[in-house]
Amino acid sequence: MTLFLEQALNGLQLGVLLFLLSAGLTLVFGVMGIVNLAHGSLYMLGAYFAVTFTAWTGSFVLGAMGALLATVLVGVVLERVAIRGLYNRPHLEQVLGTFGLILFFNEGTRLVFGPAGLSLAPPAWLSGQVTLLPGIVYPSYRLAVLVAGIASAAGLYWLVARTRAGMLLRAAAANRNMAEALGVNSRLLFLAVFALGAALSGLAGILAAPLLTVRVGMGEEVLLLAFVVVVIGGIGSIRGALVAALLIGVIDTLGRAYLPGALRFAFAGPVADAVGPALSSMLIYIAMAVVLVVRPRGLFPTSARTDVAV
Amino acid sequence: MSRAVLLLAAALFVALLAAAPVALLLDAPYLLFVFQQLAILATAAVGLNLVLGYAGLPAFGHAAFVGIGAYTVGILAAELPGTLFTSAWLQLPLAAVLAGVVAALIGAVSLRTRGVAFLMITLAFGQMLYFAAVALERYGGDDGMILAAPSRLGEQDLSRGVLSYAIAVVVLAVALYVSFRLMRSPFGAVLRGAAANERRMQAVGIAVHRYRIGAFAASGALCGIAGVLLANHTAFISPATLAWTRSVELAVMVLLGGAGTLFGPLFGAAAFVLLEEVFSGVSEHWRIVFGPLLLLIVLAAPGGIAGLLGRQSND
Amino acid sequence: MNVRALAGLAVLAVILAALVFNLTRERGEGVRIGFVTTLSGGSAAIGADMRDAFELALDHMGREMGGRPVTVVYEDDAQNPDTGLQKTQRLVQLEGVQFLTGYIWSNVLLASYRAGIDGGAFVISANAGPSELAGAQCQPNFFSTSWQNDQTPMAMAEVMNRRNLSNVYVLAPNYAAGRNMAAGFKRSFKGTIVAEEYTQWPDQLDFAAELAKIRAANPSAVWFFFPGNYGTQFFKQYAQAGLLGQIPLYSTFSIDALNLAQIGELVAGSQLTQHWGADLPVAANKRFVDDFRTKYGRTPSFYAAQAYDSAMLIKSAVDATRGNLEDRDALRAALERANFESVRGTFRFGGNHYPVQDFHLFEVVRAADGAYSLKLGERIFAAHADPYVGECPMAQAAR
Repeated sequence: MTLFLEQALNGLQLGVLLFLLSAGLTLVFGVMGIVNLAHGSLYMLGAYFAVTFTAWTGSFVLGAMGALLATVLVGVVLERVAIRGLYNRPHLEQVLGTFGLILFFNEGTRLVFGPAGLSLAPPAWLSGQVTLLPGIVYPSYRLAVLVAGIASAAGLYWLVARTRAGMLLRAAAANRNMAEALGVNSRLLFLAVFALGAALSGLAGILAAPLLTVRVGMGEEVLLLAFVVVVIGGIGSIRGALVAALLIGVIDTLGRAYLPGALRFAFAGPVADAVGPALSSMLIYIAMAVVLVVRPRGLFPTSARTDVAV
Repeated sequence: MSRAVLLLAAALFVALLAAAPVALLLDAPYLLFVFQQLAILATAAVGLNLVLGYAGLPAFGHAAFVGIGAYTVGILAAELPGTLFTSAWLQLPLAAVLAGVVAALIGAVSLRTRGVAFLMITLAFGQMLYFAAVALERYGGDDGMILAAPSRLGEQDLSRGVLSYAIAVVVLAVALYVSFRLMRSPFGAVLRGAAANERRMQAVGIAVHRYRIGAFAASGALCGIAGVLLANHTAFISPATLAWTRSVELAVMVLLGGAGTLFGPLFGAAAFVLLEEVFSGVSEHWRIVFGPLLLLIVLAAPGGIAGLLGRQSND
Repeated sequence: MNVRALAGLAVLAVILAALVFNLTRERGEGVRIGFVTTLSGGSAAIGADMRDAFELALDHMGREMGGRPVTVVYEDDAQNPDTGLQKTQRLVQLEGVQFLTGYIWSNVLLASYRAGIDGGAFVISANAGPSELAGAQCQPNFFSTSWQNDQTPMAMAEVMNRRNLSNVYVLAPNYAAGRNMAAGFKRSFKGTIVAEEYTQWPDQLDFAAELAKIRAANPSAVWFFFPGNYGTQFFKQYAQAGLLGQIPLYSTFSIDALNLAQIGELVAGSQLTQHWGADLPVAANKRFVDDFRTKYGRTPSFYAAQAYDSAMLIKSAVDATRGNLEDRDALRAALERANFESVRGTFRFGGNHYPVQDFHLFEVVRAADGAYSLKLGERIFAAHADPYVGECPMAQAAR
């Protein structure tokens, strides 16, 4: 039972990171109608900035704040220079264009930060562990990621549901043309949304940096998962992204932990040994395919606009 | 089709034909290697174009069909060496049928969705097949396997040399011809019509759905054939062949060349493969230029290379 | 003909001309060596260490072998079998190399060796030691200056046997080398094994799920193999999970001169088995280690030592044929004799072209200046041959 709880916590922690990644993606997707493959690049940049600034300042918190700012800055420039030209273009062209951006960011990162992977230690005050319940010992840093993620989700909810900016955002997500007709400055709104997405993605990268090796290509590894979350949750829905991210995080972690064992129980050894790990990796994609067939617009569909032809 | 497009396509074919004697004359086997890569990828791109271009469906899992073709060769060579099953005459149609059937099944389920959901569901199926390949522990699992024996073709085989190159070029030509004929047929007209206005097609009583599944099958079959050639070309088969990034690369080739045009996939594959070789000879950081170039093409020339050369049209 | 057609044709002509120019340029004379290693990503430090050692070896030999100049082309495999194969094909077909070396990862080597050998090169692994190439698929033109994957964990299991350890948890990445290492450990380990776990390769760097399982299983020890950067991550996360000091760790190829600076504190006192160490009292080794430290300001890793040996092995063969690179049978015979001074002392090849060598115990110690290093201990195996040599037809024929 304690093992199960610990694995569930691991799943939630993955889910929280996925939420930060996909919240930005779903906003950009839902409000601006952009399929942004380069979203993962912002995650990667966040992580690289975090390592660099932490080394400069000697403080993880200062480094993280600097990294967040720098990622937002890159996001703003990116929107102005490249993304703006892709509004109202077919999704396929956006895929081609933002694929070009991935190549650019990966190569640029290699040039600026060097080809070798970098690592970042969690701050000393978070490198221990916490006893949550008798028998459940959990690393403090992972717990901090969980808390930071939930706090960001709450902040985002407040921003979208309770502020004027959020209202405009929801209006634009539901019907962009109508919102513009009513006087919403969509240029400014889009820039703000993209910057917010960059901040969330960068934050995910910053939080993930101490958990893995910071390297070129890390963005593409998570990008697909983020898209899965966005689509399952319903494009443009923050609530959907939260539910789907936690769901995917828990399904993936628990699937890997328990599915091979369960299969071994049900089938003969060699078959289960071969199928188990593969099936647990496939689980989230199977989940996505099922959701899409049953509810093509995701669990929490927002507007009717997103299923217009690509 | 504009004359510029025809001219460039003809020039590319001349280059493909000239590559073999030039490579032999200059003792540059790698030149032939690169052109063979180009021909094979172009064949897969021609296949993807049937769905992505003509039918206007954003499919992003086609690397899986290439992978089915490659694994067909690899598994037959490992399990039944020296038998009829290592003959290219058997492997090519078998791979085409296998990949075509799987593509049709995936298409049938995926076509229940539209737009971005369609894009994602084809990606999801691609990923499932990717992990299925990873599960093939007997065939190297994640690590992949070396091709035990190249496909036989009479007394010869497809391992290397001018014959295997010639086959790749012939297959590309045949794929282009198939694409040409399909799109000139009523079948192609329905696909294009449905891409432009699905309701109208349904209103005149055409079961668009079936045509689209047909396009998926044909597209998958061409990718499967490309997979057979690819497995022989690299003599190595691994799940990486089915990775989603490969699917995106294939789509980028089609879009870069000009989706929905006959020669677009050829142009795209050529640009992708040749520019990589040329640029990487200049600097290992060539992608920092190539990436923005792709973006620029999207912004300045939505019709890709074929669009740049002349008006976009299908015939 | 319109302007667009002309422009299109002109662009194509320029690209084709550049391509032909690029791909047919003159190859240099003399000895040409392709070095395929990992120079980008999380494992780039390993590749850099190997490249530096190879360059040092070239310095030591005056960049000449058998009186002929040496050219080395370094390629990055990105730790990916597909890329490794592609680079190997490029090296043999475009660069015309006679020798291929480097190769850190078993799966990259398994994908690439055939292309290298078919392309007319001798393939000399400077690290990867997959069982396939030691056994049934052994190759006349393949050699290794490292070890076969099973051997080092077998020596570690022997150490653990001597301590009467039992209830051990086995952990390794799920790729060719990880499976070999675990097989080697299980072959020699006499105690009971609580569980075996294989992690995803090469992407998995987060071991939270595995650590939870280890905590729940509560074994009396953990044996694992996570090379380079993966080892660093595992030790750190093990400490963060509060397991360090609770359940002892025994590892293979997971602590090296490259990551000791980062994890020294966590692994102080740990013991491991290895065929080579910087303090191995051999004249050739002293020269190698001293000059490496002088040139690069750090202690070489075992990866570097193997790369250095691979350069020396190639030199010994080219010297033996007096620079004749056409006589491949003579080159092969010379390679088989391994007539060079290895940094690990005596060096000879078994019938499958893998080394037959000693394995020693090493301990992580802290020097007076606070730096951590590996200290040579007792010898565990003497003249140890890998367990697959019997399956190699070439070795059977030689016997």
